[in-house]
Amino acid sequence: MTDTLLKIQGLTKAYPGVVANDDVSFDIGRGEVHALLGENGAGKSTLVKMIYGLVKPDQGQMTMHDVKYAPTDPRQARATGVAMVFQHFSLFDALTVAENIALGMENPPSQRDLSDQIRKVSQNYGLPLDPRRTVGVLSAGERQRVEIIRCLLQNPKLLIMDEPTSVLTPQEVQILFQTLRKLKSEGTSILYISHKLDEIREICDTATILRHGKKVETCTPSDKSARELAEMMVGASFEAPKRSDRQLGDVILEVSNLSLNAADAYGTSLRGVTFTVRAGEVLGIGGVAGNGQDELLSALSGEAMTPASMVHLDGRDIGHLGPNDRRLLGLLAAPEERLGHAAAPNMSLVENAMMTAADRKGMVTSGFLAWGKAKQFAEDVIQKFDVRTPSAQNAARSLSGGNLQKFVIGREVLQEPSVLIVNQPTWGVDAAAAASIRQALLDLATGGAAIIVISQDLDELIEISDNFAALNEGRLSEIRPMLGLTVDQIGLMMGGAHDIEVAHG
Amino acid sequence: MIQLEKRKEPSTFWIYATPLLAVLLTMVLGGLLFATLGKDPLMAIKTIFWDPILGEFAFYYRPEVFKKAAPLILIAIGLSYGFKAGIWNIGAEGQYIIGAICGASVALAFYPLEARWMIFPLMILAGVAGGVIWAMIPALLRVYFKTNEILVSLMLVYVAEVLIKAFSIGLLRNPDGHGFPGSRNLNQYSSSANLELFAGTGVHWGVVTALFAVVATYVILAKHQFGFFVRLTGESSRAAGFAGVNANRLIITCFVISGGLAGVAGLFEVAGPAGQILGSFPAYYGFTAIIVAFLGRLHPVGILFAGLLMALTYVGGNAAEAAMNIPSATIQIFQGMLLFSLLSVDVLTNYRVRFVAARGA
Amino acid sequence: MIMDINPILLASAIMVASTPILLAAIGELVVERAGVLNLGVEGMMITGAVVGFIAAHETESTTLGFFGAAVGGAVVSMIFGLLTQYLLTNQVATGLALTLFGVGLSALVGQGYQATNQVPVTKMPIPLLSDIPVVGPILFRHDGVVYLSLVIVAAVFVFLSRSRAGMILRAVGENHDAAHALGYNVRRVRLMAIAFGGACAGLGGAYISLARVPQWVDNITAGTGWIALAIVVFASWKPWRLLIGAYLFGGVTALQINIQAMGLDIPVEYLSMSPYIATILVLVFLSGGRAPGSLGRIFHASS
Repeated sequence: MTDTLLKIQGLTKAYPGVVANDDVSFDIGRGEVHALLGENGAGKSTLVKMIYGLVKPDQGQMTMHDVKYAPTDPRQARATGVAMVFQHFSLFDALTVAENIALGMENPPSQRDLSDQIRKVSQNYGLPLDPRRTVGVLSAGERQRVEIIRCLLQNPKLLIMDEPTSVLTPQEVQILFQTLRKLKSEGTSILYISHKLDEIREICDTATILRHGKKVETCTPSDKSARELAEMMVGASFEAPKRSDRQLGDVILEVSNLSLNAADAYGTSLRGVTFTVRAGEVLGIGGVAGNGQDELLSALSGEAMTPASMVHLDGRDIGHLGPNDRRLLGLLAAPEERLGHAAAPNMSLVENAMMTAADRKGMVTSGFLAWGKAKQFAEDVIQKFDVRTPSAQNAARSLSGGNLQKFVIGREVLQEPSVLIVNQPTWGVDAAAAASIRQALLDLATGGAAIIVISQDLDELIEISDNFAALNEGRLSEIRPMLGLTVDQIGLMMGGAHDIEVAHG
Repeated sequence: MIQLEKRKEPSTFWIYATPLLAVLLTMVLGGLLFATLGKDPLMAIKTIFWDPILGEFAFYYRPEVFKKAAPLILIAIGLSYGFKAGIWNIGAEGQYIIGAICGASVALAFYPLEARWMIFPLMILAGVAGGVIWAMIPALLRVYFKTNEILVSLMLVYVAEVLIKAFSIGLLRNPDGHGFPGSRNLNQYSSSANLELFAGTGVHWGVVTALFAVVATYVILAKHQFGFFVRLTGESSRAAGFAGVNANRLIITCFVISGGLAGVAGLFEVAGPAGQILGSFPAYYGFTAIIVAFLGRLHPVGILFAGLLMALTYVGGNAAEAAMNIPSATIQIFQGMLLFSLLSVDVLTNYRVRFVAARGA
Repeated sequence: MIMDINPILLASAIMVASTPILLAAIGELVVERAGVLNLGVEGMMITGAVVGFIAAHETESTTLGFFGAAVGGAVVSMIFGLLTQYLLTNQVATGLALTLFGVGLSALVGQGYQATNQVPVTKMPIPLLSDIPVVGPILFRHDGVVYLSLVIVAAVFVFLSRSRAGMILRAVGENHDAAHALGYNVRRVRLMAIAFGGACAGLGGAYISLARVPQWVDNITAGTGWIALAIVVFASWKPWRLLIGAYLFGGVTALQINIQAMGLDIPVEYLSMSPYIATILVLVFLSGGRAPGSLGRIFHASS
């Protein structure tokens, strides 16, 4: 733990209009788990891309074991002993596990030897994996294993992990941590990127905190409270969303036995999803990515149609209706993917306002569009939701993630829905924006709307939901009151143990 | 080293500047081509682009430009809807041919009855219907079987070419034609002739229809929900689905529009400038219109100008062939280069080009 | 009637009729497996057809003719490659432009060579094998290019499924962002694939103008390039299925010519449109593979 593996000195990288990394220096020791902590946009990805050879620094240098280290591409980085597990996996759906792993190695052995090695490593580290399977059919957790084993087969000196737990259930997180501890005991250094403070306090020896591209501090996370870390990361404290006491009203949305076949070969089919939501209720739906979240949202929004009786709104069967008919009835939605689903990237905010508000806000008369009204509405959203943009005429893709998300949520909230379904409402959004979005959702519920929040962020669901259910392989668990659920119980629900009592018994 | 950096928003300046730049670039490349053919490049460029409009014989060439521009603009306007939405009808040439066959068949069926008030409108309807029917084949196959519309619409061009050859020596052959291939001349049958509306201008019903299509499309794209849905689908089909666009209905509507306009363009051509159904009737307009659509940036006003420019290269090309013995195939290369140039310089609209000093040792 | 057709001669003719389609299609298959949709096959084929014809005419060697055709096809494919890979142009539009350009270019270049007949390509019967009854005349009495096309298909199969380079090519086609993140040069892989596709299309085109017809006329490829594109879809991007597809189409073409020659009652025009109709039918009813994940998408490494 004493000797330094990688020394980072004064790394600077600027893009037009933004300095992604400004004079960042810190050391990573041998066998150390080093956290890189920061908000979205703090410069974490740029920094690791420089270490992994994907981006060249403008200034500064790195030394590995006192030798100058300046990788020109990832292969050179790998040859020097640096390996990386990506957040958005760098995997190839149509290829097998073994092929995917071979692609990440410099001199892979023959396919048969490789398969043997994969089996051996996967046993050693408790990461079961069949080398012959096609990656496209694997779950998110299994896909991560492919990435990790790909790294481990090269005996890395430094393993970079970018937000590794965002796709795992709490139980899977513990398994991952065991693997990391084993690696550490063998002398492997780990650079662990995350914004989850509890995890960092649990597993990391040292933490470097980045804010607006600059290093704030390098510290020992277990010495600090989660609150102190959060303040260093965010810069200022701000209020957590307030939930006011509210009476739940009548059932507004009833989903019974909803089944939907996956749209493509690697999607997830919904199977017998059943739940109800009442006026004023926030229903949180958790689960690891790829368990049917997108499919559930599209079945509720009307993008995917089902037999009429599977979705029932306010006394009407609406399963057969398209998105605009459902909007007219008061059911609105905001999908996860901001650019290219919830919003059209190259279109202006005015046009994006027209996208979902046309009917409800009276912007169409016999097919002709009232652009003036759309502009007014867009400006209304911008003002009430504090969207930072030069004007409503700017393209959606020119906004930062947080600002665009505020626009997308605001666009639906200001249409006064009676039911709002959101998927990953604060994904990749900075803390301040996330807080204001959650507050807006709570306020909407207080006003009597029913809200369904689909999210992979458990902290978020714990913070705002009244009731909780989990999606697993397209099935929904039973619904339980959020209050009183332990993280362990939530983890079991996410893992598919539908009846917790039985699982305990 | 040159690096491309994605702009946050498309550059408004370059949206308008790139077509002009592309035309200039093509003139330079074309000049080089003429030079390698041993022709005076400046003279060739002048003969193609200048003389037909402002030269000594412009009175003869100008009407020709309008006549050639009309089908190009009609077809390109139709294609622009689909292209905007990422729906690729590449077989407009086939729809154009079938439109001509259907329209001409109506006229020939009534021959020699004189009733222009009824026959000419019926021909137009038949032309539209022919184009639409031919376009429905790829559209419906795409919707119901997810078959690639590019390949199907293209295959149907070859089928249409075979059909028109067959009809010109079979079913539609002029019985008084002494056994020569080709139908009766619709131009010489006063109920069917698509004549100039004002003598000497080249303005026939096709030109008028093309102008109407330009204006209507401008309004639809700017003000109507259908136009918005088309643009949205091209931006992102998922976002369009979320906005409530029915993708299948959109595909079919785009094919109806492009097929109908291509069909009516074929009718106006066969009843006007071409005159008869003949194996040599197909003139590649359906393909050239693809270039016109892109050169006009899929915008109706842009297409209007691009269609006129492209018609100019045809007319000027003929002039250059006559005056300077420049082979007619050159014009086709010229048009291909124009599309290449346009696509290349388009990079400036969405990316900023930065010159980065090579770093390293 | 149908009995009048000599089945052995017909089968042999099918081999010949299929070769241009097979060559162009195997090239495009590699291009598409690398994630690039090049709709300019027809343009590259016709360029190969005219370049091959001229080269063979000038050098009086068909071998040099085919060599020239491959080079010519690869050179024009690089226009597409440079535009789509460096200037990030739309692949559909660029491919179309390549076809328009190629058709014009060939018409211009081929002007002095219209209808000049060329010394036919020499047959290369394979000793012993060609003497086997039935199978011999069908399979082993062809010219070198027919064998070459089969060798290329086999080589592509081995390359894609067994070699590391082939695996990298598939990876690039499946997910170019991931391939880039792992340090592979997406652009270089794709350019090489496009050049290979161009060379194969050029060879296929030259086979039409040098062996099948053999003469030069404008528009001689008559949509073969587009049929080749359709065959790739039909084959679900798998080399061995490509073989089936190409011979199916060769079969329709050869049969159609045979029936025409017999002067049956079926009107000629219906026969000559049959390959195109057959293509549509096959696309509708027999296709269903999953396309490479990044097919047709523009790759821009945001560094």
